[in-house]
Amino acid sequence: MSAADVTSVAYLVAAVLFILGLKGLARPRTAPRGNLLGASGMLVAILATLLDRSIVDFRVLLAGLVVGSAIGAVLAVRVQMTGMPQLVALFNGFGGGASVLVAGASFLAVVDEGLVDNQLAIAAALTALIGVVTLTGSLVAFAKLQEVLSLGGFRGQGVLRAVLAVVAVAAAVMVVVSPADTGWFWLLVGAGALLGILGTVAIGGADMPVVIALLNAFSGLAASTAGFVLDNPLLIIAGSLVGASGVILTQIMCTSMNRSLFDVVFGSMATGGVVADADEVYGDRVTSTSAEEVAMILEIAERVVIVPGYGLAVAQAQHAVRDLMRTLNDAGTEVVFGIHPVAGRMPGHMNVLLAEAEIDYECLLDMDQVNPTFAQTDVTIVIGANDVVNPLARTDPNSPIAGMPVLNVDESRTVVVIKRSLGAGFAGIPNPLFAADGTLMLFGDGKKAVLDVVAALLNA
Amino acid sequence: MTLLIALTLFVLAVFLGMELISKVPATLHTPLMSGSNAVSGITLIGALVSAGTDHSTLTTLLGFVAVVLATINVVGGFLVTGRMLSMFSSGGRKRS
Repeated sequence: MSAADVTSVAYLVAAVLFILGLKGLARPRTAPRGNLLGASGMLVAILATLLDRSIVDFRVLLAGLVVGSAIGAVLAVRVQMTGMPQLVALFNGFGGGASVLVAGASFLAVVDEGLVDNQLAIAAALTALIGVVTLTGSLVAFAKLQEVLSLGGFRGQGVLRAVLAVVAVAAAVMVVVSPADTGWFWLLVGAGALLGILGTVAIGGADMPVVIALLNAFSGLAASTAGFVLDNPLLIIAGSLVGASGVILTQIMCTSMNRSLFDVVFGSMATGGVVADADEVYGDRVTSTSAEEVAMILEIAERVVIVPGYGLAVAQAQHAVRDLMRTLNDAGTEVVFGIHPVAGRMPGHMNVLLAEAEIDYECLLDMDQVNPTFAQTDVTIVIGANDVVNPLARTDPNSPIAGMPVLNVDESRTVVVIKRSLGAGFAGIPNPLFAADGTLMLFGDGKKAVLDVVAALLNA
Repeated sequence: MTLLIALTLFVLAVFLGMELISKVPATLHTPLMSGSNAVSGITLIGALVSAGTDHSTLTTLLGFVAVVLATINVVGGFLVTGRMLSMFSSGGRKRS
């Protein structure tokens, strides 16, 4: 068997390990093993590639591997769970960026040898565009999540995006028509980079889960098209596996927000409908409460549902919530968490935060699991969530969020909402839940409010 | 590899990916995303060839940067996924 055959067989083994790894990652009990299988597949692929006889200089390779491993390991070990959305965005971007560079290096080498065909040029152009959009889009998402950038949309953005898209498509066509002029390739990369920035800069915080999932799909797709450039089956297989799973996650996120992907990317909220005036909705019907009163209600409750939102992450209240859960459990009260699919800033954000606080994932219920149980719930505690518990989504067909699946917390006997103020959520509409008869508002910082309730429970 | 075979692989892998992921519970959305993202760092093997081939200084440089970025993606991605999953598996169970 030649060295090339050994490499091919090793790539097949790696592809199988990736498939088994992804399969494992889809089930809680097998997920850690799935992750290990995926990592093993990657190791096999790397070792097999080092057998490639066109590699003449290993010093550059080793330097790159060592530097990259060190940076990656430090980032992965140091990150706080609240910073996970940023890190995932950053890794996505690096993957996309690597694909662009690989396609670029390979394209330039083949052009120099005068061996370019249409297939290679088309694949290189696609990789450049998708990869660079992934890179700059992810960097913007990272900056927004890290809160070093708070830019919004601006006038004329749509026009500018259209112009850039035309430039990118024209440059891509020229790459195929006239590959020897490599300037077109770099123009394509430049236009794509600006498109990625403009495409993400205006996207609002609550839409972030969709954006992160979409960028994840893009990073896979870019690896896959890079496989067409390099004529490498493993890149094609692994890249499209990731692309497909990213697309499915994106779809789940969009469905959960009742928004189309188009609306998210082009930054338009559902139109139509008259947004009620906040004063009209709230009037003097909002009941404010104290930690002591909440503790008294919780003492006689048999079943409590906690509904976390992005505010929980901002207030870093996950450990306080765990204390509340344990205090109630010790008193014999059943506590579960009801988690909306788009709560937080990335898919599954709340689950990761609560897992960090050592809350068993079996206590974390999906929307479909928890919604039928609100009618048998004594107290629902909403922490830092707004639009995802707004009953208008069900009752008012003219509301901007009409039809969005929400948690029906208003069906429980008492609802306690922990929130800083009556300020509107991302949708910019008032929430009649806050003025409902069974709702008590506990105003204040999420973490402090929860700790106050725990203290009141322990002192009683 | 002919274009037709490459396209066949692409389409089959997309369908396979959709089948594998279609019923993943919300709890695993983040680890799945970061784990699959680490897999998409497979572009590293292309970067290794670009960086190691003695073609031109420019392609070696592009390859080197690509190796660094892809390695960050791969190593960081698998490590952070492992960290998250270890919290899931030990969470709460220690108490019961």
